[in-house]
Amino acid sequence: MSDVVRLTRGQLVRRRFMRNRLAVFGLVTLTLMFILAFFGPFLSKHKWDELDFLNLLQPPSRNHWFGTTQIGGDVFALTMRGLQKSLIIGLLVALFSTGIAAMVGAFAGYLGGKIDKSMMWFVDLLLVLPSFLLIAIMSPLYRGKTWLVFVVLLAAFGWMITSRIVRGMAMSLRERDFIRAARYMGVPTRTIVFRHLIPNVASILIIAATLDVGGTILSETGLSYLGFGIQPPDVSLGSLIADGTNSALTYPWLFCFAGGALVLTVLSVSFIGDGLRDAFDPGAATGSNS
Amino acid sequence: MLNYIYKRFLNFLLLVVLASTLGYFLAAIALNPRSNYEGRNPPLPASTVEKKLSDLNMNDKTPVVERYFTWVGGVVKGDLGTTLNEKSVNSEIGRRIWVSLRLLLIGSILGSVLGVVAGVVSAVRQYKPFDRYFSIASYVFLSAPVFLIALLLKFGAINLNDRLGFTLIYTVGEYSPEFQGAGLSSLLNRVQHLILPTLSIALGGIAFYSRYQRNAMLDVLSSDHLRTARAKGLTKRQALFKHGLRVAILPLTTFFAYSFGLLITGAAFTETIFGWNGMGQWFITAVQANDVNSTASVILFSSVLVLLSGFLADIITAALDPRVRLR
Repeated sequence: MSDVVRLTRGQLVRRRFMRNRLAVFGLVTLTLMFILAFFGPFLSKHKWDELDFLNLLQPPSRNHWFGTTQIGGDVFALTMRGLQKSLIIGLLVALFSTGIAAMVGAFAGYLGGKIDKSMMWFVDLLLVLPSFLLIAIMSPLYRGKTWLVFVVLLAAFGWMITSRIVRGMAMSLRERDFIRAARYMGVPTRTIVFRHLIPNVASILIIAATLDVGGTILSETGLSYLGFGIQPPDVSLGSLIADGTNSALTYPWLFCFAGGALVLTVLSVSFIGDGLRDAFDPGAATGSNS
Repeated sequence: MLNYIYKRFLNFLLLVVLASTLGYFLAAIALNPRSNYEGRNPPLPASTVEKKLSDLNMNDKTPVVERYFTWVGGVVKGDLGTTLNEKSVNSEIGRRIWVSLRLLLIGSILGSVLGVVAGVVSAVRQYKPFDRYFSIASYVFLSAPVFLIALLLKFGAINLNDRLGFTLIYTVGEYSPEFQGAGLSSLLNRVQHLILPTLSIALGGIAFYSRYQRNAMLDVLSSDHLRTARAKGLTKRQALFKHGLRVAILPLTTFFAYSFGLLITGAAFTETIFGWNGMGQWFITAVQANDVNSTASVILFSSVLVLLSGFLADIITAALDPRVRLR
């Protein structure tokens, strides 16, 4: 009899992840951010779209925790609302864009030949133009419509780099015995890609999706900052920062809570992403921090 | 080698054409120049509006393909059309292009050089205090959007100027109007204006390149060929600089090229925040004003810049790495 404890891969990954202090810090912070964003508004008696005309431009106080804006909006409620928007958009876009990346990359790498060439050429074409410029141009198309259109656009221009990575992995997986066996048994291409290829690049996809959350929040807030993203009356962290900019020197609370929440969120997402990479693949030097 | 360069060049030329075509179509479809003539008091006669839009080649009643070919016909002859305010796009570009290029070139060179140096030092002194603090700092800078860094720098500089009682670092514009000519004092004045925008672009670059270079250098440090170099009697320093750095720096050229897209995005923010009349700031005002021709020309500018830097990166890689050259 032996006392050897057998660990599944999942348990191993979890254990490695939990040993990474920065990654755990990121996970805890991000969880707190989510709790704060979605449950915080219930604690405060002010709603984000309510105006308190008796308190204009008040500094943080017991009544208004983060102070008030020029027109009497509660900065705490506004920041929570913006944080909600930025977090949801980050998650949704990461999910969509990683999905597109997985499919394009897996099909291109598996099929090879002309299909691969033309698909990668298209990827190169999209990489030439900064996605920020393209989405900014298209912003009139979703002005006045639901913000979900904005999500679709962010995803549509955010999948290219991941798809190149997936393609590279799919090209080497294609030659592996289990894929060949499936092919020779006559399993259709679609089934091979979805059942055998994509599950085998899952770890990369998880890492890419996590890092995408951070990248998306950065581009979303950037676009919203310039007025190309989330449209008023709704708010995002970017539009809050933009509104607070002009008077930020005298009234720093208009600006610093949204800015701090933004940096802390993206920072914890990138800690988690790098922690996941180290946990999935401890041999790789890329991205290792501890 | 020549054949390789020729092939890459053709590929890039094709990509420029396609990218600017894509940009033009998006701009022509999404933007609505007509809205600038609507809701005026007194209202403009319909025929005047049509004529103005047609003269600008922005009339949405003309099929978009036809407008595109009119635009291309001009571009081939070196004429990029007219802005919505009826100025020549060419002269607008001539005024703005150096503002942006100066910002982009100094910012990217500063960012990449300092980033690479910091990355190498971090890798050589792995887990020492410098590495630890620099890693944390670069994580923070990578997590902060450009506009936030630029705003914080601006506020910091305004505070500093207040403390000092005079303006050490300017926060608005490229130069003060009274220092327009050549000479040492106007050069100094330009530098005082240049510091903050360049720093906002460079800080992100330093963070990015140092992370990347640190990892690449760590890979090289544990590689066999570096151990061989040490075994045959080179000192650690010699081995590092002669055999380590060259290998570790190679993949960075590609990164450098493709980071130009991000840099142009960053320039749009910094130029807007610091009141520079560059291409990025122009792009933002053009989109807001529904100015199709100006928007398309910025897209053309950015695709040429990204691809030119990609092309240069390919040549440098080929020159440094015989495996690419002989492929």
